[in-house]
Amino acid sequence: MRKRIRKITEHLMQGLFTLSGGVTSLAIILIIIFLFKEGLGLFRSSEVEKAYVLAVNVSNPVGALDSRQIKEIFDYTYTNWSELGGADAEIIPFRFEDIFSIYDESELGNDYELLPEKLGEVIASEPNILAFLPELYVPKDNADLRILPLRNISPRSFFGGIEWMPTATPAAQFGVLPLIMGTLWVSFFAILIALPLGLGVAIYLSELADERMRKLLKPAIELLAGIPSVVYGFFGLVVLVPLIQRALNLPVGETALAGSLILAIMALPTIITIAEDAMRATPKAMREASLALGATHWQTIYKVIVPYASSGIMAAVVLGVGRAIGETMAVLMVTGNAAVMPRSMFESVRTIPATIAAELGEAPSGGTHYQSLFLLGCILFLITLVVSISAEVISKQPVNKGL
Amino acid sequence: MNKRTKQRIAFAIFRLLSLAVVGILLWILGFIIYRGAGTISWEFLTTAPTDGMTGGGILPAIVGTLCLVAGSVVFAFPVGLMSGIYMNEYAGNGFVVKFIRVMTNNLGGIPSIVFGLFGMALFVNTFGFGDSIIAGSFTLGLLILPLIIRTTEEALKAIPQSFRSGSLALGASKFQTIVRVTLPMAFPNIVTGLILSIGRVSGETAPILFTVAAYFLPRLPHSIFDQVMALPYHLYVVATSGTNIEASRPIAYGTALTLILIVLLMNLLAGLLRKYFGGKVKTD
Repeated sequence: MRKRIRKITEHLMQGLFTLSGGVTSLAIILIIIFLFKEGLGLFRSSEVEKAYVLAVNVSNPVGALDSRQIKEIFDYTYTNWSELGGADAEIIPFRFEDIFSIYDESELGNDYELLPEKLGEVIASEPNILAFLPELYVPKDNADLRILPLRNISPRSFFGGIEWMPTATPAAQFGVLPLIMGTLWVSFFAILIALPLGLGVAIYLSELADERMRKLLKPAIELLAGIPSVVYGFFGLVVLVPLIQRALNLPVGETALAGSLILAIMALPTIITIAEDAMRATPKAMREASLALGATHWQTIYKVIVPYASSGIMAAVVLGVGRAIGETMAVLMVTGNAAVMPRSMFESVRTIPATIAAELGEAPSGGTHYQSLFLLGCILFLITLVVSISAEVISKQPVNKGL
Repeated sequence: MNKRTKQRIAFAIFRLLSLAVVGILLWILGFIIYRGAGTISWEFLTTAPTDGMTGGGILPAIVGTLCLVAGSVVFAFPVGLMSGIYMNEYAGNGFVVKFIRVMTNNLGGIPSIVFGLFGMALFVNTFGFGDSIIAGSFTLGLLILPLIIRTTEEALKAIPQSFRSGSLALGASKFQTIVRVTLPMAFPNIVTGLILSIGRVSGETAPILFTVAAYFLPRLPHSIFDQVMALPYHLYVVATSGTNIEASRPIAYGTALTLILIVLLMNLLAGLLRKYFGGKVKTD
């Protein structure tokens, strides 16, 4: 009897172990489902604010407008209907609040019951108007008014847009190009700084360091990896940013350069550890053969060991880039976060993670802004997925036999 | 140039680079210790912030971080441990294991902010936990899960096969072998991994931004459905927002130093464990 109970418990435990084995896969699947469910909702949302519509006078022949055109009309960049396929007449943008400068509150009746009617009158009297109204107050049965058809936010405007203004009214702009470019820009320079440094240290650790130096360097690198990113960000904010500002005589120190420097430091442990492991894996026979042929230690390193470890080193670089792309807090604190296309190292940039961290708190749950931030999360997720998988593929590549 | 000279130059450069890395670390640590040491006192660690975060201490943030560490470990450690045992002891080397290993690596590579997004969508909104310790703990637990699985797996892998064979030969079942022989031997290394992940959890900011962290909440939490302040988020808030940056700087230095001390302590503890058990486990 006792034996049977024991057997059953053991079977149960084995089942539990197996179940736990699947938990990471389950987590990944859930992450994919939730990110994409919220994120892709963006493309089913209308281009203008929720529960608002755009209305024109019925005599206006203009068709559907896209979000960029709508925004530029209200920014007075487009001023003539002919630019948008209408008659040659000045566009008169009209926001709902403008009604209060035309009519007194008393003229709008109790509880604004006359508001729709008055709005209708304004639109009817002005043939070149473009009115931005809440659906609630759209005048009913008004023959002089036409509601413009609204389009959904398109993937093209999202991935190809160059303006990130997620809270603009009437039409928010969700162009992620500046954010993607900002992320790549900062990460690229971070790796450019970190790679030579990291590779040098890795060579030193695997080839030259004696036991004493290793005992000093290894814990140092581990600590470097252990320091929380918010502490790096803080250090960058109070030390690097003022330093950069003074040294380069810039108006503000919060620049892409500050972000790249901090990210370089943060990517170092990843690069060093993986590259060192790869170089250590060089077979002793190859090393000795090279030395026996009269090559110096240095020649052996750069002609035998580094080429042999090249796939491992590539994996180190890829993972370092991945770390830099996904880093949030440090970048958020030192790059200044201006959502513009990066042009130089000495200007402010904004990355995808920083955007999510800075804006999600203020984005109303379920709105387009919220959805767009989840879609940014999807992009980030896909990038890191590609990074992880390619690092895996690269490091498993057969060793370069030709050397 | 002579090839020996070349070698001397190259090696000198590598030595210099290595010293530079140590130098960078010392610069960061030294700066924060130097600036923060004046702020940290018993009072700083045991009182709540006052005067719009320009005075008082960081007790609620410390307590909050402890809650999050405890919560995430309670969730992630058993699951990670069992998952690691499955991978190394039961699963063999087939397609399923390879798949799981790829998935675990991928989970480990996902940026922390994505965990924050996911935690918000699943735990805060879908499960309806709201901003709470439990939502934050689950999110952080997922984040350290790959680390715990990997260290468990590696610790188990380091146990020589002969121990298992010996136990099995004496008539013990596979489960008994794991519980009585393999796990106890691997435990020091598993605990080392656990300690390092505690260090990681106490410093993560992005995952807790939208799942638990409170901007200012001077009282201590009553239940796992309460919001809490947390050290890393507190540092972010004090460093970047607030009306009087100059007056709150000392608080920021003190908070940063507290965080650094936690990480240092965890690394030290892990190092000691490794050193202490390192010799004992290796038997042949």
